[in-house]
Amino acid sequence: MITVTVNGQRHDIDADPNMPLLWAIRDILGLTGTKYGCGAAQCGACTVHLNGESIRSCCTKLSRAAGQQIVTIEGLSANNNHPLQLAWNEMNVPQCGYCQSGQLMSAAVLLRENPNPTDQDIDDAMSGNICRCGTYQRIRAAIHRAAELAKEGAKS
Amino acid sequence: MNGISRRHFIKTTGTAGVALWLGISAKGSTRKVSNVATAKNFNPLILVESNGNITIFNTKPEMGQGTFQSMPAMIAEEFEVSLDQITIKNTSGEKEFGDRQRAGGSSSIRTTYNDMRKIGAAAKTVFITAAAAKWQVDESTCYAEDGKVIHQPSNKSLSYGELVEEASKIELPKEPRLKDPKDFKILGKVSKRPDIPLKTTGKAVFGIDVIVPDMLYATIERCPVLGGTLKSFNADDALKVAGVQKVVEAERIVGKHHFTGVAVIADSYWNALQGRKKLKIEWDTKGHESFNSKEYENNLRKLASQEGIIDKNIGAIDTIKVSSQNTIEAFYETPMIAHHTLEPMNCIAHVQGDKAEIWTSTQVPSTIVGGGVNDVPKLAGFAPENVKLHSMFIGGGFGRRLYPDYVIEALNVAKQTDKPVKVIWSREDTTTQGPFRPMTFSQLSGSFSDDGKLVAFKHKVISPSYQESVRKDFEKTKVDGTMVEGIAEQDYEIPHMKTSYVRADYHVPVAAWRSVTSSTLAFAHECFIDELAVKAGKDPFDFRMELLSKPSDTKRVFQKLRELSGWDEPLPKNKGRGVAQWKFFAGQCAQVVEVSYDPAQKTVKIDKVTAVIDLGEVVNPDNVKNQTEGAVVMALTAAIKPGITFKDGKVIESNFYDNPVLRMNEMPVVNVHILAEGGKIKGVGEPGLPPFAPALANAIFAATGKRIRKMPFDLKIS
Ligand code: FES
Ligand code: FES
Repeated sequence: MITVTVNGQRHDIDADPNMPLLWAIRDILGLTGTKYGCGAAQCGACTVHLNGESIRSCCTKLSRAAGQQIVTIEGLSANNNHPLQLAWNEMNVPQCGYCQSGQLMSAAVLLRENPNPTDQDIDDAMSGNICRCGTYQRIRAAIHRAAELAKEGAKS
Repeated sequence: MNGISRRHFIKTTGTAGVALWLGISAKGSTRKVSNVATAKNFNPLILVESNGNITIFNTKPEMGQGTFQSMPAMIAEEFEVSLDQITIKNTSGEKEFGDRQRAGGSSSIRTTYNDMRKIGAAAKTVFITAAAAKWQVDESTCYAEDGKVIHQPSNKSLSYGELVEEASKIELPKEPRLKDPKDFKILGKVSKRPDIPLKTTGKAVFGIDVIVPDMLYATIERCPVLGGTLKSFNADDALKVAGVQKVVEAERIVGKHHFTGVAVIADSYWNALQGRKKLKIEWDTKGHESFNSKEYENNLRKLASQEGIIDKNIGAIDTIKVSSQNTIEAFYETPMIAHHTLEPMNCIAHVQGDKAEIWTSTQVPSTIVGGGVNDVPKLAGFAPENVKLHSMFIGGGFGRRLYPDYVIEALNVAKQTDKPVKVIWSREDTTTQGPFRPMTFSQLSGSFSDDGKLVAFKHKVISPSYQESVRKDFEKTKVDGTMVEGIAEQDYEIPHMKTSYVRADYHVPVAAWRSVTSSTLAFAHECFIDELAVKAGKDPFDFRMELLSKPSDTKRVFQKLRELSGWDEPLPKNKGRGVAQWKFFAGQCAQVVEVSYDPAQKTVKIDKVTAVIDLGEVVNPDNVKNQTEGAVVMALTAAIKPGITFKDGKVIESNFYDNPVLRMNEMPVVNVHILAEGGKIKGVGEPGLPPFAPALANAIFAATGKRIRKMPFDLKIS
């Protein structure tokens, strides 16, 4: 039995400790917002937060998450109102949408660490996340927009 | 659709009370039916219930191209409802929704625009008539807005829901009056796609996300040598892995190709993967084990000396006299590539006796319930009426999900267990097993008259055949039109032209890939036009405009592009611009790419891309821009990243580390301009791809003097 806290909720998971966290989250906990894209830490579709840091859940063993705090896209905000989600919606970022959970989770760490990211900072933080539909230009713009929204939010 | 609408009235037992279905019939005759599910020749699109619920059905699967909003938008505009007043439902191939439930060829809007508006307008008229009758007022004093009919003089109103019973008694007009586009509230405006909030919260359910109670998981080992067959396998060790329940053979059918793999069924996907590693399989790879891309490509080069089959012969190219000094020739090459939808192929199938239930992401719901060349029920051995599909959001289509091979395969697995089973392809499976976009090689020649006019142009395509891969009955003596697509359609005025095709045998399944063969042919064609401009000593844009003396869509698009791209503004040294366009079945787009060359590093950087896309009518402009930006990204990936290659019969590449796609740090600035000036309605999803690679290669030539004739090419100039 492995105990993991996901989006603030404790779960006791009975599975192979070598099972990638991705499959535990999706298939056992039924949180399917986190996606499988490559299984090889190449695409970022499976990005979640482990104790606040971005990790590739496809290459993280379930055992590594024991006793840790995991946040998935379902836990990014209560009401689709994280500044990044607001910006994503305002700027119509997604196409197929399959990569976007991972994009948002990577961007959330970037923005927390760096409230004013430059284009270079965005390249550095986001180049691990593939968008096959090619929404990169919008993701970049939306991260800048989210940075503004976060500041406005902080002021008000 | 020749677009006569009709209504249907049913009493439902649910809380909704009375419901009215409005839709389109294929033949145009009106008639009453007692049950919408069994009604023949009636495709409902709108459902209005007396509790006020309004549902609009979207028959075009959503894969990022925006049909979840754009299809209902065309109806809602005329029906006078806003998109947040309605529920949108994706259809799943159900017979009553017709046999055109498919998304491909950039066709969703361009083939339905008028019909969707018509049904919306007809529906609105019915509700206005119903309200006027109820109030006993003149119809002309009533109008509809926000799902209500309003009597102007008194300002009283009734919602559509309140009018259902009345409306059901009224015949739909055959030729309803459509709105003047200047009164549009949704079409052509900034409007939100209702699927976006679902995609920023992880709530959108893609095929791979579906959870069916009691479901098992499967992974399939397929022969690494494409074309190999299964000799035998031993599953003893695999069956010892915890959670593994069964190991079975499963046939996959893609076009004319039949492959058999070995499926490991387990209680979790992870356990199935562990079991798969323990399989011992003997494959028969005879005849294919030494196949390699280098040799195959050499063969294509040799085939170029053949005459080939003539596709189009315009003018008198074989008899006109041109001198050899006035003629240039060139040879262009492109690679085979994978689709790499980010959501890998997957399908849940549940077979119970002779019935099958399927949950998947597909571009072709209508094919999965029966019909067409890849008729799934037929190929998997089910009666079409026994197949039920749940069509989910698609994590990338790009043509790959026009092929239901992964559905047939999942059905064949599911036949061997009584539980529902979710088959998931790994990224490696997706990268190595095809079908792939075929490579095309092009031999071109162009000749000028003595007074410097381009008089003759030949484009010969050498490639495997798409149609041959798909159809068993393909006639090899005929030209495969897909492989020469678009060449003869260009608006350039060249008096003598010849298009021909040399088919190469191929045992690898090939497939349509976003913008199909235009994705490679435009590269050869439009780069060669540039070479001709150089030969003529002319600016590439001027040269093209001189070939467009008559009014044409290309001319119009080019004029706009020249202005927006700043083509005529001088550039500093080591910078260059390239232009290209392409007109084909899906639509039309032209682009200018601007690059900088760093001679010290010998690298090229893309500074910006300007695209003009010609649509006739536009439904959701911001979404068109998103699509075109994405098309550029996909075309850039195809231009500069390695393709799929074979060695010893196997695909060498396996995942994104050796078959990379474009990433954020490589993203150029893309500016998209939409032309929507009436006329022919053109598609959105694909036209942004073909002009990009030639525009980039032409820009590199302008900046560096290096002519690129082979994709993929490096942005490092050697
Ligand atoms: S699925 Fe984990 S990085 Fe691609
Ligand atoms: S939106 Fe489709 S992969 Fe990013």
